Amino acid sequence: MTNNQTRIGSLLVANRGEIALRVMRTAREAGIRTIAVYSEADAEAPHVEFADEAVCIGAPPVAESYLRGDAVIAAALEHQADAIHPGYGFLSENADFARAVEAAGIVFVGPPTGAIEVMGDKARSKRRMLEAGVPCVPGYEGEEQADTALIAAAAEVGFPIMVKASAGGGGRGMRLVETEAALPDALKLARSEAENAFGSGHLILERAIVRPRHVEIQVFADNHGSVIHLGERDCSVQRRHQKVVEEAPCPVMTEELRAAMGQAAVEAARAVNYRGAGTVEFLLDESGEFYFLEMNTRLQVEHPVTEAVTGLDLVSLQLAVAEGRPLPLGQEEVRLQGHAIEVRLYAEDPAQDFLPATGPIHLFKAGPEIRVDAGIATGGEISPFYDSMVAKVIAHGDTRDEARRRLLEGLGQTALFGVANNRDFLIDVLGQETFARGEATTAFIGETYGEAGWNPGSADAAVFAVAGALEHALGQRAAARESAVSPELMDFASARDLATMRRYPQGDAMTSVVVRPDEAGAYEIEVEGESFKASVDVLGDSAARLTLDGAHLALSFWLEAGGRLHLALPDRTLSLCDYAALGAAEEEAGGDGLVNAPMHGQLLEILVAEGDSVARGDRLAVLEAMKMQHEILAAVDGIVKRISAAPGTQIAADTRILEIEPAEET
Amino acid sequence: MPVFKSRVDTTSDAFARNRADMLKLVDELRALEARAVTASNRRAATFEARGQLPPRERLARLLDPGMPFLRLHSLTNYLLEDEDPESSIPGGSVILGIGFIRGVRCMVWADDSGIRAGAATRGGWLAALNAQEMALRLKLPFVHLVESAGANLMEYTVELWADAGKLFRNLARLSARGIPTLVVLHGPSTAGGAYMPGMSDYVVGVKRNGLAALGGAALVRAATGEVADERELGGTEMHAAVTGTVEYLAENDAEGVAMARDVLGRLDWNARLDPPHRRDYAPPVHDPEEIAGVVPVDYTVPYDVREVIARVVDGSDFQEFKAGYGPATVCVQTSIMGFACGIIGNNGPFDPAGATKATHFFQLCDQADIPIIFLNNITGYMVGTEYEHAGMIKHGSKMIQAVTNVRVPRIALYIGASYGAGNYGMCGYAYEPDFLFSWPNASTGVMGGQQAARTMSQVAEVAAERRGQPVDAAALKEQEAAIEAIFGRQESAFYTSGRNLDHGVIDPRDTRRVLGFALETSLEARRRELKPNSFGVARM
Repeated sequence: MTNNQTRIGSLLVANRGEIALRVMRTAREAGIRTIAVYSEADAEAPHVEFADEAVCIGAPPVAESYLRGDAVIAAALEHQADAIHPGYGFLSENADFARAVEAAGIVFVGPPTGAIEVMGDKARSKRRMLEAGVPCVPGYEGEEQADTALIAAAAEVGFPIMVKASAGGGGRGMRLVETEAALPDALKLARSEAENAFGSGHLILERAIVRPRHVEIQVFADNHGSVIHLGERDCSVQRRHQKVVEEAPCPVMTEELRAAMGQAAVEAARAVNYRGAGTVEFLLDESGEFYFLEMNTRLQVEHPVTEAVTGLDLVSLQLAVAEGRPLPLGQEEVRLQGHAIEVRLYAEDPAQDFLPATGPIHLFKAGPEIRVDAGIATGGEISPFYDSMVAKVIAHGDTRDEARRRLLEGLGQTALFGVANNRDFLIDVLGQETFARGEATTAFIGETYGEAGWNPGSADAAVFAVAGALEHALGQRAAARESAVSPELMDFASARDLATMRRYPQGDAMTSVVVRPDEAGAYEIEVEGESFKASVDVLGDSAARLTLDGAHLALSFWLEAGGRLHLALPDRTLSLCDYAALGAAEEEAGGDGLVNAPMHGQLLEILVAEGDSVARGDRLAVLEAMKMQHEILAAVDGIVKRISAAPGTQIAADTRILEIEPAEET
Repeated sequence: MPVFKSRVDTTSDAFARNRADMLKLVDELRALEARAVTASNRRAATFEARGQLPPRERLARLLDPGMPFLRLHSLTNYLLEDEDPESSIPGGSVILGIGFIRGVRCMVWADDSGIRAGAATRGGWLAALNAQEMALRLKLPFVHLVESAGANLMEYTVELWADAGKLFRNLARLSARGIPTLVVLHGPSTAGGAYMPGMSDYVVGVKRNGLAALGGAALVRAATGEVADERELGGTEMHAAVTGTVEYLAENDAEGVAMARDVLGRLDWNARLDPPHRRDYAPPVHDPEEIAGVVPVDYTVPYDVREVIARVVDGSDFQEFKAGYGPATVCVQTSIMGFACGIIGNNGPFDPAGATKATHFFQLCDQADIPIIFLNNITGYMVGTEYEHAGMIKHGSKMIQAVTNVRVPRIALYIGASYGAGNYGMCGYAYEPDFLFSWPNASTGVMGGQQAARTMSQVAEVAAERRGQPVDAAALKEQEAAIEAIFGRQESAFYTSGRNLDHGVIDPRDTRRVLGFALETSLEARRRELKPNSFGVARM
């Protein structure tokens, strides 16, 4: 511990996306010069635009840019950065990097390397916590890694059991095992995933706590001996062990429990001589018992909910601590006000097992009265190289339900077009009774959506009515711009025979929509026999106000040059294209037997051979991309005619993997 | 300038009665128009089975959403080929009108192939000829969605064949004037009809259903004994690859129409068109909706035509020209949707002063290059010794001469009576106004039926008196009834519109919008400079 105070006048943020922007915003407010680093894929990314200075540190793959500590430090030296903020992920919990930063005479905005090292190793950290008297989940964190040893240890701990990568995080390398018989396979898979992801196949075992809540405590420590906690966050709503919804406070928290957990977290921080912002994660079971899970030695993704309820700027506190100043408040001065909820907007398709998605961002627009920390902007692109989380949306309210409603309202007016995303899923989650009652545990998504996962279902007639009315209004506006017709004549047909007719294919069905102007300047809309009355007010190129059967509706839209219409309704995002505008190619996509890589990634395995007969839905290949494994399924019945890609190779999106000769239709 | 002070009491019984009478006629109009839609829709399943879109959906997809569409000749052929008012289907199996494609004002013609497979009707073809003539006059690109069984040989008339030749002649004239013509072949276009694509500048062919052949398979068999396959003979796929008669091949009707829009859009047709000089304007102070209650459907009941004008023009604001001279003839200077225009209306028959005033007014409009609108409610020029001595013939003649020869756009409406030479002086059918529409209460002819009957009785009575014979009152009564029936049947707007003696019947409450559209269209034509060529564009 030192009492030397330094002044940070310039800060390099060794990260990208929303967190880079978030850190730089606080820095700029404090008058600190900001320096961004970026990969070649991010040359036009928002964080680069925002920064005072920016340095390209390498090629798009993270190993060649954002994970290159040497390049980051070189950039910092070149641009005379006083400090480096690592954000989260990438180099943030890399002790070697932190050490190298300090060796270069630059302040590392984070904890001491010793704390990073201990907490970065699940086995070591657990042992340290047990020593410090912090309650831990019963388990095995030994050095002996042979299957036999692990199986024996598992029998002692008891089933169900969690198999985890010792160096892991973010859910990767984690397996829930229900029975002893399933253990050997699980060990094999977890080990290989851990090796791929972290370069170490070291595993630990933990008793699985059934239907626990994930509750974490935000701690802060300075160089002057002060360690405080800023209350908890409940991050129980997870899928594949990745957080989806986070909130503060925890819905079942009591003053006593908070005091106890807070105390445990502070003890944990003290046990590793912590400094700066850290998060101690616990599992909270139904009886109110809590167990240490891990400590994250960095700023968390979900820190904004803590900021919302405490009124503090956590990045500002981090910088204060990094400058050697004492924390500006003591434990008794921490006040929790109201309730905040955050959701994570991912570029992924929730209806297709959350398959990460890439593509152009036609439009990104945030709703009102919410905090949106985004790393993307309209006109940008989501590349396959980085994490699929593109934005966080946070709402604060006096009560939990007020925050929830405000978030629903804000999300309903948030639009992301061009790339599949989980906005609608998040809206569905926030609207679920279980969640609304504050009863969601880590089992919530599995229990609510089951094996099949979330399915938005087919759009109802009202949605098509909205689309039809909007197409009418947009078509009218486009034509009116090309001509000099009196506004009075719009929608006028002397024989009342004017209509806009569209047919929208959705799956196997075709929905026809007829829009007719009525005498009063509104539209009569027919959707397959169902009638609606609507009026439309188009505001600019991406927003419209509608009345549909008397109900008012604000929506965002985007009309692609090719005629595809994207709509963001309060509870649903949708893209529609009249069948006339659908290119023959698009119509036949998948139906022609050509199997292409859905995204950039590594082709792990091809499960079929030339000449094999396959049926629609059969697994053809496995692609690893965006840190996840994706199965590629056959879209048609037929015979595998040609295999064009080799397993183990890195392939770009749309690269041909194989070709199926479709079976003759019968 | 002052806003016109209306004397109409919109809460009066007379207003309510007028409105009820007029709206009943509008309902009749809409019911007649609906007959064609209903008849066509009966074939919906057939279109679907063939993978086709019904004609109205083709048209809806062709036109820009929500842009105005002025239907032309919606009642054509009514009571013409089928004289039974109960069964006669108006429309003539054609849908004609002026609408917008990619912001370009166009004349469009869609064959209503839901009715007798789009077979030609006398009224429909003559209406289409009119539409072509209008396209020439108004410089409108001409787009035809083709699917027609051709002429029905069972109802062959030599005149129809003879007149139909003009359809192709007009395509050649349009092309030579520099006005593009475009056809989408949705279905068959055989015999003479094959020249429809052949002579159009651009042809979009729809696969599987589009067909063009000089002789269909049946005719070929009869003529030469060859057993030909219809698609082989004239399918669009063949034309796209073998003859070069199809430029763009579409998968289906919707894509065909989308291609037509694309071709039109790429012409950048409005690039060389200056924007209009439109003055700022306010809507009428007096609601156009009130027209239905202002005008009695019986033309013999007098009303002030200025009450109609006030419900049509910008801000209900107009300047009356020579209000005190020949007051039964009303001439005003005003504007509609920001475009200056002169309007002539009638509060009684033409007398020498009225005819003189009108002539003066027409010449002034011509001098100032301002369009003239004729609101016809005219029973004719005054008769009697006093008027003959005052030179009624001379004054009427100079008026008709002026109407004929003014060089400005002329837009006529039949809003009540339009009889005899009064119709000529008010730019009736024969004077080829740029636009001519009727209200459903309109009544046209050489004179009113009652007047004709009384005239004939008078002639008979005078003859009887000269011969010293008693008048056969009963016979005269019978004759009067017969004459009234002959006149009565032919004077109705629905009947005359069925014979293409106007461009269509409109809802009187739409008058401002129809006139505004007509003015915009006429003035746009004047601003547009074409690039004519000598022979039209030859299909290569």
